[in-house]
Amino acid sequence: MTNHWNDYQHSDVFMNIGGNTAENHPISMKWIEKARENKNAKLIVVDPRVSRTAAVADLYVPIRPGTNSAYLGGLINYILENELYHKEYVEAYTNATYLIDEGFEFDEQTGLFSGAFDDPVRNATSYDQETWAYQKDEDGNILQDETMEDPNCVMQIMKRYYSKYNLDNVSNVTGAEPEALEESYELFSTTGEPGKAGNILYAMGITQFTHGAQNVRGIAVVQLLLGNMGIAGGGVNAQRGQSNVQGATDMAMLYHIIPGYHPTPQQTQATFQDYRETTTPEDNWWSNRPKYVVSLLKAFYGDNATPANEFGYQWLPKLDGLDHSHIAMYKYMGEGEVEGMICWADNPGVSGPSAGDKRSYQKNLKWFVSVDLFENESASFWQAPGMNPAEIDTEIFILPAAAGYERDGSKANSGRWIQWTWQCQEPPGDAKSDLWIVNELFKKLKGLYEAEGGTVPEPITQMKWDYDNENGEIDIVKVCRDVNGYDTRTGELVTNFVGLQDDGSTACGNWLYSGYYNNYDNPATKNRVREKEGIGSHLGWSFAWPLNRRIVYNRASADLQGNPWNPDVPVVWWDETQERWVGNDVPDIPGTWDLEQSTENPFIMIPEGKGRLFANGFDKVGGLRDCPFPVHYEPADSLFNNLLYPNAVYNPASQRFYEDHTVETDEERERYPYIITTYRIVEHYQSGIVTRNLPWLNEAMPELFIEISEELAEEKGISNGDTVLIESKRLSNNGEQGHIEAKACVTKRFKPMMINGEKTHVVGMPWHWGFKGMSTGSVANDLTPSVGDPNTTIPEYKAFLCDIRRAE
Amino acid sequence: MDLSRRSFLKLAGATAAAATLTGVGLRKASASPSEPLRIKYTKELHTVCTFCGVGCGVICNVRDGVIVNADGDPDHPVNEGTLCSKGSAHYNISYVYDEKGNPKPNPKRLTHVLYRAPGASSYETKDWDWALEEIAKRIKDTRDRTLVETETVNGQQVTVNRTNSICWLGSAFCTDEENYLFHKMARSMGVINVDHCARL
Repeated sequence: MTNHWNDYQHSDVFMNIGGNTAENHPISMKWIEKARENKNAKLIVVDPRVSRTAAVADLYVPIRPGTNSAYLGGLINYILENELYHKEYVEAYTNATYLIDEGFEFDEQTGLFSGAFDDPVRNATSYDQETWAYQKDEDGNILQDETMEDPNCVMQIMKRYYSKYNLDNVSNVTGAEPEALEESYELFSTTGEPGKAGNILYAMGITQFTHGAQNVRGIAVVQLLLGNMGIAGGGVNAQRGQSNVQGATDMAMLYHIIPGYHPTPQQTQATFQDYRETTTPEDNWWSNRPKYVVSLLKAFYGDNATPANEFGYQWLPKLDGLDHSHIAMYKYMGEGEVEGMICWADNPGVSGPSAGDKRSYQKNLKWFVSVDLFENESASFWQAPGMNPAEIDTEIFILPAAAGYERDGSKANSGRWIQWTWQCQEPPGDAKSDLWIVNELFKKLKGLYEAEGGTVPEPITQMKWDYDNENGEIDIVKVCRDVNGYDTRTGELVTNFVGLQDDGSTACGNWLYSGYYNNYDNPATKNRVREKEGIGSHLGWSFAWPLNRRIVYNRASADLQGNPWNPDVPVVWWDETQERWVGNDVPDIPGTWDLEQSTENPFIMIPEGKGRLFANGFDKVGGLRDCPFPVHYEPADSLFNNLLYPNAVYNPASQRFYEDHTVETDEERERYPYIITTYRIVEHYQSGIVTRNLPWLNEAMPELFIEISEELAEEKGISNGDTVLIESKRLSNNGEQGHIEAKACVTKRFKPMMINGEKTHVVGMPWHWGFKGMSTGSVANDLTPSVGDPNTTIPEYKAFLCDIRRAE
Repeated sequence: MDLSRRSFLKLAGATAAAATLTGVGLRKASASPSEPLRIKYTKELHTVCTFCGVGCGVICNVRDGVIVNADGDPDHPVNEGTLCSKGSAHYNISYVYDEKGNPKPNPKRLTHVLYRAPGASSYETKDWDWALEEIAKRIKDTRDRTLVETETVNGQQVTVNRTNSICWLGSAFCTDEENYLFHKMARSMGVINVDHCARL
């Protein structure tokens, strides 16, 4: 989230799209309701189903699963056509005025941008992004047209590109009535007025698509056009589904990054010098990257990291240019390349796409380690229906873990608040915290390498790992010290990342967390001082990254002269007498900058300093593989051709792993004629392995169900409570069709939709069940496809095809 | 009068006590004496909800080192004392009620290391030392055989120190410090198959 939960009280209009906040983030409603009560704020819900949030919305717009980008494209078009954007903001703070390379184009037949080619490595479309670039003069300055009339400026290109997303076209694609679309567009666009705040809150209903990153981009473009970035009550607010998704991501529990969002070294970056040069821009915040990465290497390798050995750079594994995310690693497992797997509080046997296949691939493992509170389906895959234990040679180790309140440590909520969680009791029996377990396991492994040697032992033996207390057990304060950072000469904790250096004089495990444990007696993460006066920033409560800032890009909350757009809720402002930025939040502006510099660069993490309506090609900071502007692509499993771009179907750049895995032919569309989506419910959590073992929650929601409209139920002869069999292409194997089952919940929450004149049925089911625990049921993810977004390889869970019938 | 939830509870408790002393208790008609509040004489410890990303404050009431109740933290700026159904069920992670309504440990919680041998049809209980040693041996065996030390890239020998034969999933259920150490350990092993539930 660019903003945070308490800040929701300042929104004038909320749009909950691709999420169900009342059910999945229930306490968020406290702040939404506060805004509705205090300032007559409005809530728009865009969702295929009348969710619990939709039930209390001011305006509900049903759309077909997988058409968010068309809906958002329609909103962008509406804003542009009616000139409802925040003009001063757009001109000064975004790249709307920038001129784009004359060779840049988009083909409305194929749905491809210039530079597309068939990439044999990815087995998908990739782009030569040479034309996705700004025009520059000889000195390298970007050319602009401040009147925004040049046909090559971003604003004009956008107007042409988005004209396709008119109400009729968007209605045809999404199934929403043009009137409902227009009403919602008009309402949300009112926040383009200076001083008004629009808040777009979303979750996996935006991201879990083969075009998920483009959906998020669509939200970002809307919020930039309406001047909703950086202000109180605004923002692009990705609501996190788990208590520490934010923190686990910050700590880079992801293959492609190392802690603090630095890219994992690639084999093309042979030396640390290569890495520095290819990832460090000259004159942008990321020019500090070498300071953060050297400090990270010092935290990893301690005194063993020296300038002479590139601070230990060669001890880090380097990537081979291929995907190593969830779907990819299971593919390698299926092919027999993977021998061992360690799962910490993770249950991919239920939560992964095409989960039945994945459980079956685990038979190829020699060993599997599961650390969890309860026995889960991934560790006990050998007990799944249809498995023969005698034929499965995988050794399984299940390690009993401590619950959240049985361990100390910090967790970052969606608003980036790094809050300390105190241990309240000892874990039961032999159960231990994951921190204790990883510490002991590493010490054992290091001991083996020290005693026996082995293949390249240095990455392990040279690792600085000194977290024991006097009793030889983990001391969390020593880990916090590592993460926060310290001066390697004096051993003193650093105050924040501003003091980090690239010469080895500082160590810091994650620059974004620097400052969270700034002293031993009362570290910032443990702060519990509520704000008495202010705008709800609560700067004295915990520590938010970066630098305790609660709203990122908050420079943009003030006008060009530094006065807040909304004087009633001032976030930061330029103080004339002190000649510096001050405010109710930590200004997102380097302290050395004057007003002019900050006005030129309101988005300090972007090399050109402006919010990107047009996302140009890869640079040293990053980029997108697929689209400079979001495109409507169908999901991989779809009943329809692309109604906007006749020769396009799904995202041609998306990550495909298996042949004949999604619905491709008209025959298959008839075989699997219903659209299905998956979701969570308030009584259960993720793979369900915790909540299905809590009797109170099982009592509230005892079993798996599938929601079916009254119309479809009648067509199929299904009554409420019947057992329904659900089939997808993933369960079809050599002509044999498998199924999962669930109880029918016949409901008004789904209605048939008219898509391009065709009556279309949508069904939906939660994915919290499996075959272990106190409450058991089918694994919904046995149905889902292993296809992913080109940038993130997030699986496409939210829109695919199925068939259903009543069990005989 | 502006009453916070906490002061309201305190006040309500005091009123009830006073009423009982003067013999006009509301529960006078009940057949059995009312039980003392479950949280009486307990220590209040703060933690954060283990479920979604809102990060609500939770108070655990602890007596003799044992949690007897878990409820919303009224001082927490985000939830101000409220919790959802999952947040309200924290207590169940450790304890459930038997037929008579007395708390007992949740029978499904894992309390010992379990091991399944190749081809076996059940788990056996093991101790930590054995398990950690055996897992470390498995990691070392796989790593030593599969680690790729160098790769030729554009005609140049590059040190890569990686293995594609081990997968590592961290967790959004774990703390920042745990995930930091997960990252350190995974990379030391040369693991490049790293992910967690953020995508799922």
